Amino acid sequence: MKFLLVAESRDGKLCDVSHELLAFAAEAGAEYAYFQVGSEESLPCCDATLYLADRERYGEYSPDLHKELILAAVEWEQPDAVVFMHSSYGWDLAPRVAVALQAAQVSEVVAINDGEYEVGCCNGKMRRSVKPTTPRVVLTLQSGAFNQKEVSGGTPQIVPLEIEKAGGQIDFIGYEEAEKKSVDLTRADIVVSAGRGVGKKENVPLIADLARALGGELGGSRPVVDAGWLDHSHQVGTTGQVVSPKLYMACGISGAIQHVAGMKRSEFVVAINKDRDAPIGEIADVLVVADVMQFVPALIARIGQQA
Amino acid sequence: MKILVCIKQVPDMESRFKVNAAGDWYDQSDLAFRMNEYDEYAVEQAVQLKEQLGGEPEITVVSIGPERVGEPLRKALAMGCDRGVHIHDADSSRKDPWQIASLLAAFAREGSYDVIFTGMQSQDRGSAQVGMILAELLGLPSVTTIVGFSYEDGQVTVRRELEGGARSVVRVPLPALFTCQLGLNQPRYPTLPNIMKAKKKEILLVKEGDFALTEGRALTSRLFRPEKKGRGLVLEGDVAEQSQRLVEILKIKTAVFR
Ligand SMILES: Cc1cc2nc3c(=O)[nH]c(=O)nc-3n(C[C@H](O)[C@H](O)[C@H](O)COP(=O)(O)OP(=O)(O)OC[C@H]3O[C@@H](n4cnc5c(N)ncnc54)[C@H](O)[C@@H]3O)c2cc1C
Repeated sequence: MKFLLVAESRDGKLCDVSHELLAFAAEAGAEYAYFQVGSEESLPCCDATLYLADRERYGEYSPDLHKELILAAVEWEQPDAVVFMHSSYGWDLAPRVAVALQAAQVSEVVAINDGEYEVGCCNGKMRRSVKPTTPRVVLTLQSGAFNQKEVSGGTPQIVPLEIEKAGGQIDFIGYEEAEKKSVDLTRADIVVSAGRGVGKKENVPLIADLARALGGELGGSRPVVDAGWLDHSHQVGTTGQVVSPKLYMACGISGAIQHVAGMKRSEFVVAINKDRDAPIGEIADVLVVADVMQFVPALIARIGQQA
Repeated sequence: MKILVCIKQVPDMESRFKVNAAGDWYDQSDLAFRMNEYDEYAVEQAVQLKEQLGGEPEITVVSIGPERVGEPLRKALAMGCDRGVHIHDADSSRKDPWQIASLLAAFAREGSYDVIFTGMQSQDRGSAQVGMILAELLGLPSVTTIVGFSYEDGQVTVRRELEGGARSVVRVPLPALFTCQLGLNQPRYPTLPNIMKAKKKEILLVKEGDFALTEGRALTSRLFRPEKKGRGLVLEGDVAEQSQRLVEILKIKTAVFR
């Protein structure tokens, strides 16, 4: 079995995903080659062929061109699978490549099992085993699902890749960095986060009171930020901040993968959720099954009695 | 201008899911269904574009599924879409993203739409493929995960969300397709007068069998509940007792009260 692993770069730097792609190839027992639109200054460590297209020439977000480049590498390499990370780069490009190759795509793979791919569904509450019916497949991997501690060294053998540059229709104008954080949650010892389960904006101050009672910072899940109940500098998760406090309290948060990715390195996790089956229970050291609006005032009162 | 919005109906994610008799999907009885969250942003963006252009564009909203799919279609009409199309398919949950997108493409090809909005993914299946495959099948440029949209003189400028909250700014000519991310806008709640008005709007019913069907490429062989690996303690009971126990645990396990 042979894989084409698609590495990513942003702003000229290789993104830190190659060990996950490698771990996946190792688990599948597959040979592999790499593909990257990047530069020689920033290459993945590996003993493999690397199809390298020049970032200056093909841009970092120019999906029509990147698709053509990947198809050219596929033509050379004839892989059984083209493997992306399930990232903003991967989920954008993978379906384009899959359609061109008339291949099945399986998104956000978390495990492989006898030629089938396991993926999460229903916010992680259920799993599906997916069986592709096409000879070739396109896969995206859930970030964090495959991991390899020791990064194998080596220098790739570079094969420069060029295509007739048919002008893409999508015009990349530039990056906008995330706004400056007025709250730095990454240094906090205690983070207490409000999720959609708090119900309404007027209830957020109660969670802030709990954070204060514990001497911690207030965080939030994405819907709370999207609804304007908290500003973005409080958001925890893949598109917010990644925190690793000594204590993390998730109040009315279901535990979606993108949220968990931002807090799973916390030392001790307490979740308050009325749903005993909420996926946050998988990562919580303590799951309090309760209505957050009833439990939190009781907890604040108890904390007050400790002084 | 003609705008198309593709929406899906999904169960409430707080439901308790059970595996169906065939073992390949969740049992659909006893579930509360709603419009896929991502699609609400798609509907809202279409309506905002229509408003920006003085009401000229016509918005069609389409959904594939069984009888109950009429509900989210009505909601989209109440939010401001002009006409609904229900592609009736009692077994749509068995179709993979390729089949769903092929069906949508067969329908959309006849409409020559200038702008197509979809959600970036569904909350239940979460493949993040249907919109993109649809764009490829129609030969349209497409951009995923938009969190900002502006239209001027036939050109669209969007913000794509990247990891860590960064964005890229991208310009695309029309016709084009966009997949919408949470937070793109603030989806409106339908008002009572608009709900009444929506009742008079047309929902065209077509059958999936009216279109050429395709073979699936990535079929679900099994749906199952993941093994619980969490070894966490579950505290049930009344809040007085729960809060007391939690404080005791925090005293032992953390330095909070030291
Ligand atoms: C590309 C991408 C990036 C994303 N980035 C992020 C990110 O950075 N951060 C992030 O958080 N999300 C992110 N998301 C969104 C993520 O998928 C989830 O939608 C989100 O995390 C859900 O937030 P939530 O848990 O607050 O809400 P929900 O999923 O709606 O969960 C609410 C929870 O509250 C519980 N609840 C309801 N009422 C009560 C009550 N009265 N008492 C107690 N519990 C109650 C419910 O049982 C439920 O478990 C991203 C999604 C995508 C696709």
